[in-house]
Amino acid sequence: MRTPPYLVSTRTRTSTFGAIAAACLVVVAIVLPAFAGRGLIQDLFFIFTMLVLAQFWNLLAGYGGLVSVGQQAFVGFGAYMLFGSVILWGLNPIAALLLSGVGALLLAIPTAFFAFRLQGAYFAIGTWVVAEVARLVVAQWRSVGGGTGTSMPREAREVMWGVTWIQSVFDVRDSAARDILAYWLALALLVATIGGIYWLLRTKRGLALAAVRDNMEAAKSVGVDAARMKWMVFLIAAFGTGLAGGLIFLQNGRISPDSAFSVIDWTAFVIFIVVIGGIGTIEGPIIGVLVFFALQTLFADYGSWYLIALGGIGIVIMLFAPRGLWGLISDKSGIQLFPIRRRLSGGKLADRSKPSREE
Amino acid sequence: MIWVDTIVQGILLGGLYALFAAGLSLVFGIMRLVNLAHGDLIVLAAYLLLVIVSMLGLNPFVAALVAMPVMFAIGYGLQRFVLNRVLGADILPPLLVTFGLSVVIQNVLQEGFSADSRRIPAGTLETASLPIGPVTVGLMPLLTLLSAIGVILALQWLFYRTSLGRAFRATSDDPVTAGLMGIKPQRVFAQATGIAMVVVTIAALYLGTRSNFDPTIGPARLIYAFEAVIIGGLGSLWGTLAGGIIIGVAQTLGAAINPEWQILAGHLAFLLVLLVRPRGLFPRAND
Repeated sequence: MRTPPYLVSTRTRTSTFGAIAAACLVVVAIVLPAFAGRGLIQDLFFIFTMLVLAQFWNLLAGYGGLVSVGQQAFVGFGAYMLFGSVILWGLNPIAALLLSGVGALLLAIPTAFFAFRLQGAYFAIGTWVVAEVARLVVAQWRSVGGGTGTSMPREAREVMWGVTWIQSVFDVRDSAARDILAYWLALALLVATIGGIYWLLRTKRGLALAAVRDNMEAAKSVGVDAARMKWMVFLIAAFGTGLAGGLIFLQNGRISPDSAFSVIDWTAFVIFIVVIGGIGTIEGPIIGVLVFFALQTLFADYGSWYLIALGGIGIVIMLFAPRGLWGLISDKSGIQLFPIRRRLSGGKLADRSKPSREE
Repeated sequence: MIWVDTIVQGILLGGLYALFAAGLSLVFGIMRLVNLAHGDLIVLAAYLLLVIVSMLGLNPFVAALVAMPVMFAIGYGLQRFVLNRVLGADILPPLLVTFGLSVVIQNVLQEGFSADSRRIPAGTLETASLPIGPVTVGLMPLLTLLSAIGVILALQWLFYRTSLGRAFRATSDDPVTAGLMGIKPQRVFAQATGIAMVVVTIAALYLGTRSNFDPTIGPARLIYAFEAVIIGGLGSLWGTLAGGIIIGVAQTLGAAINPEWQILAGHLAFLLVLLVRPRGLFPRAND
């Protein structure tokens, strides 16, 4: 049988290895609540949700070229959709999570409509203005506590799906069972996020996205609809960010406009995670979130010094290693765990060298 | 009559926002750089003024004259050693560096001065007012608006009547060709940021004497400044003044209806302008 003249592939040997390792890690993470204490589960919940936010910001800024400083709009609005639908309509909190994503998606449509009128850096502040508007409007919403916020009603917590099952299987109290449930949901969201983004970047649309980022005019000239790509990325990121926001405040149990729309917590930290780890790669935010968590564990007691250090590290990385820690590792070792570069094999190339294994 | 008063107060408040915005507009006009730490630099200047006033016992206006060269040096150094390295076609590095700077400045101030809100004492000026026709206006707000007009006139003169201004315009149009004519773009950029920081000092003088401030209020000032610049149209200094006044009037009108709506009304006015005139009211620049 004739082999096709050319073969385009992205997979490398390390990435196959990485995929197997990742699958093992996910299995371990699923069964972890059986062995781990509540503190570790809560830490991992924090890491997973921050990583989800970081991956979506990275998709926006690193791949879509859309530097948003207003992602807290979607975290906050998603979280408020959850609390609103639980408190006002008595929805089950787990079902209401979906509304977090949908609500953020709906907010993203007018946001994009306004913010896309602004170019480059002004887009960044434009998204910030929308986030402020969302915060100020939500603070007027009396039935979810107005400016002071509110708590998840006790009845709603008690009816959450799966909690009694977790209680009986792991023999834990209901509060610990809710943490385990939130942890599993965060894990599922994380796997879906990384898997989904990786899949997207390897499709034709992902190629178009990279083309738009690298040179918009050139991409347009070969038929890529740049405006549509930006809309797509912005809406996907809003949906995922809203889901994460809903989940974070479901686990938190308490919400207020200032915490839900916090630019430091949901945008500044996320930006530092991506920049420190390496923007424009899937591996970068993973490294970044681990560094971020380590710094936070070690230095959180020092209050503002911790933030000064984080900001300082971000500046130094941007000045001297703009591709972040993963960029340094990847340059030295050539390792790519989630390769998206298309490499050509087969055809005339194959005549000169040995046919590669993919054939 | 109350509405006339509200609108006059709004126009005067707009002077303050125009002062916030003038430095931002200047830097963007020359090097296409949006400084996300602009608001925090205003707050930094306000603390600098507070220190000078309380340590040397100077009048705030004299203290501003002392602070101006210091802020010029900070701006010059910041541009020369940090921001010049990240200028380029890619907008990501300057945005992220200035965003990091914003977080650093806020927390350094928090560490140095605590989170308590402060105010620069201005003596009897704080409460002085004079009647103009049917309304009474505070002297400080009036001085703010006059200073904003003065700053814009001075910047216009600098841009169109001096050799430094010619260098600014040349570098803004085409840094490479300007370089061939013996202009050093890197130095021109540093001088521009230095001048922007002098304007920031003037803005800080009025911010600090008219109301309380604390280390965290910078980002909100950045947003007002940005809204004024966009409403006015990129590259137009008089447009920036008009933009500041629109935000100011919208805020006082909103506050007159419901005190909780003050900030929201300003943002909504901005979004409305963005909706009907995406390039601002008086667009000049082509980018």
